[in-house]
Amino acid sequence: MYALGKIGGFCHLYIGEEAVAVGAVDALRPDDYVFSAYRDHGHCLARGSDPKRVMAELFGRSGGLCKGKGGSMHLIDVERRFMGGYAIVGGHMPLAAGVAFAVKYRGGDQVVLCFFGEGAVPSGACHETLNLAALWGLPVLFLCENNRYGMGTPVERAVALYTDVAQNAAAYGIEASRVDGMDVLAVREAVSKAVDEVRTRQRPYFLEALTYRFLGHSMADPAHGHYRTKSEVEEAKKRDPLLLLRMRLLGERQASNEDFKRIEQDVAQIIREAVEFADASPIPPETALEEDVYI
Amino acid sequence: MSTYNMKATYREALNQALREEMRRDDRVFLIGEDVAHYQGAFKVSKGFLEEFGPRRVVDTPITESGFTGLAIGAAMAGLRPVAEVMTFNFAILAMDQIVNNAAKIRYMSGGQISVPLVIRGPGSAAHQLGAQHSQSLEAWFCHVPGLKVVMPATPYDAKGLLKSAVRDENPVIFIEAQLLYPTQGEIGEGDYTIPLGVAEVKRPGTDVTLIAYSKMLLVALDAAEKLAQEGIQAEVVDPRTLRPLDLTTLAASAKKTGKVVIVEEGWPVAGLGAQIAESLYRKVFDYLDGPILRVTGRDVPMPYARNLEDAAIPNVNQVVAAVHQVLYRN
Repeated sequence: MYALGKIGGFCHLYIGEEAVAVGAVDALRPDDYVFSAYRDHGHCLARGSDPKRVMAELFGRSGGLCKGKGGSMHLIDVERRFMGGYAIVGGHMPLAAGVAFAVKYRGGDQVVLCFFGEGAVPSGACHETLNLAALWGLPVLFLCENNRYGMGTPVERAVALYTDVAQNAAAYGIEASRVDGMDVLAVREAVSKAVDEVRTRQRPYFLEALTYRFLGHSMADPAHGHYRTKSEVEEAKKRDPLLLLRMRLLGERQASNEDFKRIEQDVAQIIREAVEFADASPIPPETALEEDVYI
Repeated sequence: MSTYNMKATYREALNQALREEMRRDDRVFLIGEDVAHYQGAFKVSKGFLEEFGPRRVVDTPITESGFTGLAIGAAMAGLRPVAEVMTFNFAILAMDQIVNNAAKIRYMSGGQISVPLVIRGPGSAAHQLGAQHSQSLEAWFCHVPGLKVVMPATPYDAKGLLKSAVRDENPVIFIEAQLLYPTQGEIGEGDYTIPLGVAEVKRPGTDVTLIAYSKMLLVALDAAEKLAQEGIQAEVVDPRTLRPLDLTTLAASAKKTGKVVIVEEGWPVAGLGAQIAESLYRKVFDYLDGPILRVTGRDVPMPYARNLEDAAIPNVNQVVAAVHQVLYRN
């Protein structure tokens, strides 16, 4: 759809990292909150947003989640407590802490799940947020998706504690651990434990998920080149989270090849319908331009 | 219905406004550096911790980006935070949160989320605080769609406008002034509000329009007094809210007098006065007898030395001279 020119601007694909969003969001309650950065369509879909409205948003149509005003980096679906979709690295982390503050203020027991990349970890906003969350016991699960590259800069050239990124949180007394982000079941288990910890003990938790982005930083960026080799990418693809799950389920005889075939057909159908919906959805009227600036 | 029956300082007016709003609505809370135990760097939140407790009066570490972002997040979840910046110079550290999050979330979400938030504290120069503590940055905020910007000059306005700001569904930048905190005036008792976006004629006149806000209103009023002694009747108009600007009231005055001088403490380049002048030219150009003049702060970082600082800030003589110029009197 990007190549066809139906999706504009930047589009940061999530291929290779799916297990993190799917495993993590599955561990939440419907009344929990989710924040994400700019590679957010995966998280949004995992949270249950209608693929049709997601696609329409990517197409910039009025039927999109945000009426075509957000775009791929700013998907927001309040009904599902998917709070966005932010494109300043690290800048959404204080917002997540703020929602957690509101939860605590009201005496609620919801958890805020905040996704961010390892590229956000060195930012001031990240550290200010970690400090505030630890200081005030805010119910946030900080989920660092370490895909090893902040655009073209590898983690070892960006994060001082690159061998154990979660140590950044430990410095604030926040309990932290790490999980294989290519294994969706491991992610779900780790996130379930962490969410339980956050919910019952009313304090933040930091989970680092080790993952890998199979394609370029965005659609404008090749999968490999200046900063990583083709063989590195090929090697990582051997642990494709979809492949790993498939092998496991087949191995344990919990699913058959026919099951996967059917799932693939279902997915293709969902995508087809989403594209049809988006194509048919009208472009936003010009009158929408100045709407929603103020209330 | 408001009545001018009670004297209070600007500081007390703000205290009353916030106190009344916090009593009225449990969703309203105050957050910022030293707002609780210290009772505010300028004592605006005096007595708050005692009355409302630490749940609603929240001291923060020195992390403008962090606590401003946190306040935005709390507003997204339905609370109504009032975030105090110790001074607006420090809000520079929170500009990403204010510009990229507070101002845009409603638009980016297609109207799904609003951010009912007030960010308040003193702006502009006080006395010899040096270059980093003496800035008038209102134009930065006014530039951004999605924000409202309020700069009251009197205790009466401070109270009524702050209450409206707290009740507003949008992010409101509410800029006070350190030198105004001890100033006295009549205020209305109890629950009155002044709508955002409404200017007020502070002194009627016929010969020239002086547009001034915040501290500069006092300079403009002094200048008007001086001009009156030489028979020039200046009309002084205070926009009070800078975004949205009440162009109707400003234009009506400009149309009446045909001459306009804008007084602002901020820097001249891309300053607020330039915007006000442009808006007026579009609306009342044919009624003007000559160019609109601006009296602004000087185009330098604020110096420390008292005499240099005085020279960098607009004063009564400069305003009088500008009026003479628009009236072609030398």
